[in-house]
Amino acid sequence: MTTEFSSKILYDDLVKFGHIIPVGVPGIFGRGAVFEEILNRFDAAVSRLAASDHATKVHFPPCINRQVLQKSMYIDSFPQLSGTVFSFTGNDAAHRELSSRLKDDKPWGDLQTMTDCCLTPAACYPVYPTFTGTLPPNGALVDVQNWVFRHEPSEEPTRMQAFRVHEYVRLGTTDVVVAWRDLWLQRGLKILLSLGLPVKAELASDPFFGRGGRMLAANQREQKLKFEVVCPVISSEKPTALCSFNYHQDKFGTIFNIKTSTGETADTACLGFGLERIVMALLKTHGMDPDSWPKPVREVLWA
Amino acid sequence: MEGKIRQILKDHGRLSIDTTKLAVDSDLYQAGMTSHASVNVMLALEGVFDIEFPDRMLKRSVFESISAIQTAISELKTN
Repeated sequence: MTTEFSSKILYDDLVKFGHIIPVGVPGIFGRGAVFEEILNRFDAAVSRLAASDHATKVHFPPCINRQVLQKSMYIDSFPQLSGTVFSFTGNDAAHRELSSRLKDDKPWGDLQTMTDCCLTPAACYPVYPTFTGTLPPNGALVDVQNWVFRHEPSEEPTRMQAFRVHEYVRLGTTDVVVAWRDLWLQRGLKILLSLGLPVKAELASDPFFGRGGRMLAANQREQKLKFEVVCPVISSEKPTALCSFNYHQDKFGTIFNIKTSTGETADTACLGFGLERIVMALLKTHGMDPDSWPKPVREVLWA
Repeated sequence: MEGKIRQILKDHGRLSIDTTKLAVDSDLYQAGMTSHASVNVMLALEGVFDIEFPDRMLKRSVFESISAIQTAISELKTN
């Protein structure tokens, strides 16, 4: 395995070893069986780490109620990343027009109308509105894994448009939520270090759009609301984020009217493991064939 | 200038208290201004005072009170 960092070499190696299967759109690809096995084994290792917390496990489809993203300011903050589902609702005449344009490969977007669905941008978004009302005395803890969409077409293999994130979401009082976020930052570092990945934690911000977005990002950093665990995968200078830890203060509590048992607006935090990126970091660090990985690494995953 | 700032805070700050009753050094974030609301306040200030906040000023402390906003606008107007 080369120690050189290169987006192209990593992409080509992943394709050559059958780990990813190109489909003709940057940032979208299939996954081979070995890649999936590593991903599922890591996912299971995270679940083992969290077992004693007894989180409530829930599943959602990779589509979400558009109103949830509008209310939570996601589309406003990240219009460049959002994916809204549009579909055809016209009559036969409009269909004839559509058929003609499809045949001629001409633009046809204006013949579609917006639906009530968006592609889920983060696994945790469908969770918050389910807690409208009053939380139990100890708050709530949710375990959710899902496919997410970000409109970021790129040839760089770790920058995907569709990928899976295993998230945990904590809702409760400020003290409980912040302590939980800090605990998981240490857990996240520990599990990735146990896999022989040269990771470190750093302060981070989200890619908010535009000038207003630069101010939101600066606010986020100033208040230390987002941390990431990063690892060199395609560059040593700009390491790739493998997990992120986000404290939302009372943002979702206010928007979705979530109260603590004592009637205060609840705080929330979430953390997510970017599953594909972690598999790529492992393949880059230890080699394209997991049978040849160091024994301690295999012992964590093949436990 | 203070009156115009108070009006902008009323229109865009989404504060939980009456902006005419705010002290000039009251913490606007404590008064309920969210990060998103502070962006709208910033953009409205730029429009009304015909200024552009440079990146170094796009931070929380610059918009934390009426007096902080006055200081920032004065600095941009003199330069």
